[in-house]
Amino acid sequence: MNTAAENNPARIIKLAIMAVGGQGGGVLTNWITDLAQRSGYMSQATSVAGVAQRTGATIYYIEMTPQSVRQPVFSLMPAAGDVDILIAAEMMEAGRGILRGFVTPHRTTLIASSHRMLAVSEKTHPGDGIAYNDKVIEAAAKAAQRVIAFDMEKIAADAGTVISASLFGALAGSTALPFALENYEETIRASGRGVDASLAAFREACNRATNQNINDAPEDEHTQPITQDVARGPDKLLHRWQTLQDRISNLPEPVRDMAYSGLKKVVDFQDTNYGTEYLDHLIHVVHIDESNGGHDRQYLLSVAAAKYIANAMAYDDVIRVADLKTRVGRFSRVANEVGVNDQQVLRITEFMHPRADEICGMLPVGLGRFIESHPRLFRGLDRLVNRGRRVRTDSMFWYLVLHTLGGMRRFRRKLLRHDIERAHLESWLETSLSCVSSNYELAVELINNRRLIKGYSDTHTRSLSKFDRVMSARTLIESADDAAGKMKQLRDAALADEHGNELDQFIDKYAKDIK
Amino acid sequence: MAERSFKKEVQQLKIGKGEVFRGEGILAITKALLECGVGYVGGYQGAPISHLMDVLADAEEILSELGVRYQANASESAATAMLAASVHYPIRGAVAFKGTVGVNVASDALANLSSAGVTGGALLIVGEDYGEGSSIMQERSHAFAMKSQVWLLDPRPNLPSIVKAVEDGFELSEATSTPVMLMVRIRACHVTGQFTARDNRRPPLTCAQALDNPRRDTTKVVLPPYSYLQEQDKIAVRWPAATAYIREHHLNEFFGGANIRIGIVMQGGMYNGVIRALEQLGLADIYGDTRLSLYVLNVTYPLVSDEFLAFCDNKEAVLVVEEGQPDFIEQAFGAMLYKAQSHTRLFGKDVLPMAGEYTGQVLLKGIREFLERSAPELLPAESIKASRNVEDQVADIAKVVPMRPPGFCTGCPERPIFAAMKLTQTNLGEHQIGADIGCHLFASLPPFGIGGSTMGYGLGPASNGAFGGSASKRSISIIGDGGFWHNGLSSSISDAVFNQSDGVVMIVDNYYSAATGGQDVLSSRADNKSKSTKHPIAKALKGVGVKWVRQIDRTYDVKKVRDILEEALTTRQKGPKVIVASSECMLNRQRRERPIRNNAITQGKRVIKQRFGVDEDVCTGDHACMRLSGCPSLSVKRLDDPLRDDPVASIDHTCVGCGNCGEVADAAVLCPSFWRADVIHNPSRWDLWLARQRGKYIGWLQARRQRNRLDLTGA
Repeated sequence: MNTAAENNPARIIKLAIMAVGGQGGGVLTNWITDLAQRSGYMSQATSVAGVAQRTGATIYYIEMTPQSVRQPVFSLMPAAGDVDILIAAEMMEAGRGILRGFVTPHRTTLIASSHRMLAVSEKTHPGDGIAYNDKVIEAAAKAAQRVIAFDMEKIAADAGTVISASLFGALAGSTALPFALENYEETIRASGRGVDASLAAFREACNRATNQNINDAPEDEHTQPITQDVARGPDKLLHRWQTLQDRISNLPEPVRDMAYSGLKKVVDFQDTNYGTEYLDHLIHVVHIDESNGGHDRQYLLSVAAAKYIANAMAYDDVIRVADLKTRVGRFSRVANEVGVNDQQVLRITEFMHPRADEICGMLPVGLGRFIESHPRLFRGLDRLVNRGRRVRTDSMFWYLVLHTLGGMRRFRRKLLRHDIERAHLESWLETSLSCVSSNYELAVELINNRRLIKGYSDTHTRSLSKFDRVMSARTLIESADDAAGKMKQLRDAALADEHGNELDQFIDKYAKDIK
Repeated sequence: MAERSFKKEVQQLKIGKGEVFRGEGILAITKALLECGVGYVGGYQGAPISHLMDVLADAEEILSELGVRYQANASESAATAMLAASVHYPIRGAVAFKGTVGVNVASDALANLSSAGVTGGALLIVGEDYGEGSSIMQERSHAFAMKSQVWLLDPRPNLPSIVKAVEDGFELSEATSTPVMLMVRIRACHVTGQFTARDNRRPPLTCAQALDNPRRDTTKVVLPPYSYLQEQDKIAVRWPAATAYIREHHLNEFFGGANIRIGIVMQGGMYNGVIRALEQLGLADIYGDTRLSLYVLNVTYPLVSDEFLAFCDNKEAVLVVEEGQPDFIEQAFGAMLYKAQSHTRLFGKDVLPMAGEYTGQVLLKGIREFLERSAPELLPAESIKASRNVEDQVADIAKVVPMRPPGFCTGCPERPIFAAMKLTQTNLGEHQIGADIGCHLFASLPPFGIGGSTMGYGLGPASNGAFGGSASKRSISIIGDGGFWHNGLSSSISDAVFNQSDGVVMIVDNYYSAATGGQDVLSSRADNKSKSTKHPIAKALKGVGVKWVRQIDRTYDVKKVRDILEEALTTRQKGPKVIVASSECMLNRQRRERPIRNNAITQGKRVIKQRFGVDEDVCTGDHACMRLSGCPSLSVKRLDDPLRDDPVASIDHTCVGCGNCGEVADAAVLCPSFWRADVIHNPSRWDLWLARQRGKYIGWLQARRQRNRLDLTGA
């Protein structure tokens, strides 16, 4: 330690709070300064309030030292390498604290809630833009003297309060501050609002923190045990289901899990015969896979096909949506999510916006095609149906409407949408499989491209256009080195932005390369 | 009603001599004003001064008991103009606003005020919004003090020093007939601490008494020949009076001094940071005792030449710690040393950065370098190791941690306006869009990306002035209700009307000056005891001659906002097209309604609470809804399903049921994944009966279908 500190044992405890605007960092700051005062410490708190607080990253800073005759000179902002306790109200904010140098080995106690509040950039990404916690948790373990991390948001929410209470509890449990537990609780009581809920969250978090040993690895994201239950239904259907399952057990081992998930999805979507169709498609791929060295490649092609054939077959049409919205268990799921009890009444409103396209998709192939090929007729139909509809699925009338639409499952194979989807599936599979013998990895990537197709209406159309662009770029890269890698790159680019601008740049680049 | 209430805290303003005041810096300043016998106060909100305005509003009763006039001014310019009361009358007045933007707006009045000079103490409290967390352009208010010859105080950032600066400011102002600017940095405004109070003083002459006994003095008018005389007076009389006062009353402070060879000069506001850096270098203790000699400028303008030169006498090297640019103080000191033929070496922006906030790291690095170059023997043998070994691992997560700029709050009524604007641009193509200052400026960030310029508060439509002519596309400009009343009506709207501009103006009316903390403005819907509210914006627009005005009373109706905007962009009508999109700021609305609603529920009244949700098996994970929202309660989550690649939408319990998700899904024809749940608390018997009947009927239909179907949920 430096000489000044040796000559003068008085030391300042430095505590920084990294939070997201609106999380209640100000409340926590007030509690801590109040706690310090109760415990015979002088303290100073600062923050940067204002517009920066609106949902953005914010920081609060507190310095404390035992009461003395002389007034210490407190600093107004944390400095890198000079923070004793860092409280992060969200995991990425802990990461930001580490990045800013506020977490130092042999010194800093890092108290972090392991939950995530996603930043806008993580949410708007058309693919999966969520940043992974594990790197931050790893860095925290190295950067801090001690890490106390668990889901403090959940503890707070369960107690019906906000995260400041559980963060305060974790701080108490960490014993990083030389203050008595009674003073913490007294501070909460003195604040006078929602005291019981705050105390409950405080105590729960305090216990959790106490039990988390020094440098205990923060808990992993909750892994749910896979519960193997059974299918239910009429005997005849259960028998068919068993037959389908038996076919899966004949598949190569690496393919079975995915095939089972896929089978479940398509049967749930349509019926057991549809499951048979699915397995026929899949087994066709498995044969091709086997004859092209699939065994040595862990049947990558078949696994990809098991996944994406199922997704392609269980397309998102009106019937599926109506079916899902009217099923047994859906009401209780919603009730559960919003927390409705027996003394309350729940109403559910759905937001639907059908267009002529969707209506034609629900018509028999011939009729649907006829309307689509007559623009005036099509426009007329569109004028008739194309508007937002707020549908009350808890009401008798609208429930019956959706129930009936869901019941159209029986005719689905004869409808236009099914015809379109089936053709699309076949052409995609054929294209993808055509290059298995020449480039196995590329074939896998072509199968994987099916990931690009998602959304409804315009979003769906846009995703189809991206899919087409990526698929047709095959000819540009086929003969290049690492064609599979390039194909994956194209797909990632397609997922990077809404309109596929990055994708177009890559395509242009590859087109130039080929010249 | 402002976002934060200080009703409890303002009671401290009443405490008397010897009692200890505890609280935020901004509250301490208010207390100091009362102790100084201030006669009138005013200002304009904006971080970090918002809390001061909120404190004043909440303290109005206490103020009026003391005979103090409080004015929530329409702008910083209006506030500064109000200081005219101190020109002829010996009344102390104080106004507060944020720097530098507020000082920019105030500069016209400020120049007139300082030219005329004052009789009563005139204090401008400027909350300097510079550095981390700042929401404005990075400049210094210092330049305005120099240009208009206003004395500038920059006290050490602790409550006793700030409180003393208020008193010194008034005294200095009166001793030199010059207005004084008290600059307090953003963190110092919010710093907590304590000081020993004195009794509040009634103003010796109140504004009411002055009004009954008017005075005038033609020499105070800024008009030839007096304007020339005023300039001479500034230099010949006021300046020397100021330097003499500063020296005699020891407004600047000296510390340390065991080592007189090396010194540091700093702005008062930098003192705590400098001490901390010296402590880290082993050259100071936590009480600020140090071997170096320190010269602390609690007054940064004017600089006292002989005081500085005396400090430098026999010193080999002096470091100037001056935050921000240009380096006015360092330049002045350099000139002083040169003219005095001094051999003292001057360090400053060569070891410290020219631009940017002087944070702990910056000061530590700069001061260490200064000492290495001027007195290396002072540095500890083993220079402290800032744990650099961690850096490699840290670099790893730099790519992982996402940026988190501020954005619209949960349920914000401005979100649907910009969702509608984004949809309009999808239909009609990209447009030239001018933005303004306020929460609505968040629209320029993802996911909306709307608007590419800000030219000042209330100047959004004016910034599109050059695009007022006719073309196949029209310009769009955005302005908030705060900006509209601040400056917008005169500078933006009348400009457009007079010039027959063809552009479209979107007025975002959320019932408050929301970005600054929810203060009332003229068009606020709230009942305000002492201010006149409920003046419709649309009426003001028509009053200045806008012909095409559309009022939208529920911004959450995305389709309606989109349709009206499209109409504005395509109508044949000439002249400005102005849309007033009004819905209450959700932050304030929740604060107002939630307790009432919860109370009603406890009392057994029938209350409907709404919340949105997503059917995760219907959501395909394309995130199109996110790109029209950015709501904190609408997020995405990964599913535990091997068939799904991309996370699906998910709405958490913080949802306030504003309706944007459903409206956007409908207007943009996105997807049918969203649902709205209406939970009826304390339902009536009719509600319960109906729910039972529906339950039976739906249950029967469901059971019927389930009989012929496989249930694989458990498989």
